[in-house]
Amino acid sequence: MRIELDEGKCCGLGMCEAEAPDLFEVQDDGSLAVLNARPGPEQLERARAACSACPAGALQLVEA
Amino acid sequence: MNDLVVVGASLAGLRAVEAARAAGFGGRITLIGAEPHLPYDRPPLSKQFLDEVAAGADEPSTVFHDEAHFVDELGVTLRLGEAATALDPAGRRVILGADTVPYDAVVIATGAHARTLPAGRGLAGVHALRTVDDAHSVRRAMDTAERVVVIGAGFIGSEVAASARKRGLPVTIVEALATPLVRAVGPELGLAIAQLHAKHGTDLRCGAGVERLLGEEKVTGVRLTDGTELPADLVVVGVGADPATGWLEGAGLTLDNGVVCDEYLCAAPGVYAAGDVARWHNPLFGRLQRLEHWTSAAGQGEAAARNALDPENAKPYLTVPYFWSDWYDSKIQFVGIPDADETRVVDGDVTADRRWIALYRQGDRIVGALAVNGQADIMKYRRLISERASWQDGLDLAERRRRSLAAKSAEAVGSATRS
Repeated sequence: MRIELDEGKCCGLGMCEAEAPDLFEVQDDGSLAVLNARPGPEQLERARAACSACPAGALQLVEA
Repeated sequence: MNDLVVVGASLAGLRAVEAARAAGFGGRITLIGAEPHLPYDRPPLSKQFLDEVAAGADEPSTVFHDEAHFVDELGVTLRLGEAATALDPAGRRVILGADTVPYDAVVIATGAHARTLPAGRGLAGVHALRTVDDAHSVRRAMDTAERVVVIGAGFIGSEVAASARKRGLPVTIVEALATPLVRAVGPELGLAIAQLHAKHGTDLRCGAGVERLLGEEKVTGVRLTDGTELPADLVVVGVGADPATGWLEGAGLTLDNGVVCDEYLCAAPGVYAAGDVARWHNPLFGRLQRLEHWTSAAGQGEAAARNALDPENAKPYLTVPYFWSDWYDSKIQFVGIPDADETRVVDGDVTADRRWIALYRQGDRIVGALAVNGQADIMKYRRLISERASWQDGLDLAERRRRSLAAKSAEAVGSATRS
């Protein structure tokens, strides 16, 4: 599975970072860094929670 | 368990039906909504939704999904434009006027109604902002408005003011309390945030009561209790919202500033609540809370549906409250609770700097954090608060963040000098 970020939709609200700080980090300029776009099996549940928590609908977990 | 009924078709209701299917529930789901619209997102309504629409361009929409998503993909029966009129917990049915819908479990997610001013009823040019219909009205009114008065300096009022300023309109905000945002972020920091208004040319008047609205059919101004008259052809009223519990009178539930629930969001056997209407016991802070925040509506909708469908394995819903607001070119974010023994600005200067961070202490625990343009910081504090971390942990994190930013800016200066 792969995390896809739509930078146009992201507004840096940080819900993903709250769910999965090992996968996401909001940067000083408000943009989002995906720290690991291919979460390991032990990270998958958190990745899913983070993607569905996005208020802007900017994150998707897709088959890869 | 055959029938799940969700009353309220906004974010919490949407998340409830999605969570029910995600949990493998194969029974009937009915989603009842008083508004005729498909579930839509509310935060943009007081922000970019109010921007001018270019001639010929489509009107904005914040609808989450089309009808097919609900009917075909989720197998949900939609009853939109129909307000629930009563709940019969003993008979396990929701009453919709002359009709009834039976349930095995019900999730109440009817949200809140915007408060109005008695003086403003029936006067054209006076609007509340809660629903998408309200937002369309305010946006269109801004297209022709010449002077705007916003009543209430809360988040909705402040966002509307910022949107009007973006269009170049003169705006005055009238706030009854001496300091704005006291309930949301506390008195000192409410005042600090409110400086953004002055910086962007919005005239904020605190401690100003509204005596009456002027005008015969259309509003022409606002008269304050001190006799001041503010001319206006658009008045937006943002004086808070009350939980939509009127239809639950007599149902035997505890109604006290919302539907009172336990930590499982359960109000009575088979009856759960979520979103702005729910006042539940948040175990993280050991108190009843009613939140009007996007994130808790989403989380509670999901949790309430899961618990409603499988009460044996119900899980408590804990959260660190989080809200954000966009004013002018600034983002305001708050996590936690604002009632504190002490607040301390740990980064930046509230008067001079664009970016600053403040922390809230209760006893020796960090319970809240407020960031203005501190998006990289806020979730780090939220994590500490959710871990019930100490005040010192909060101060230590602030110190680490200050050092890291200082190092980065020194690096940037260094590389600029070299190049």
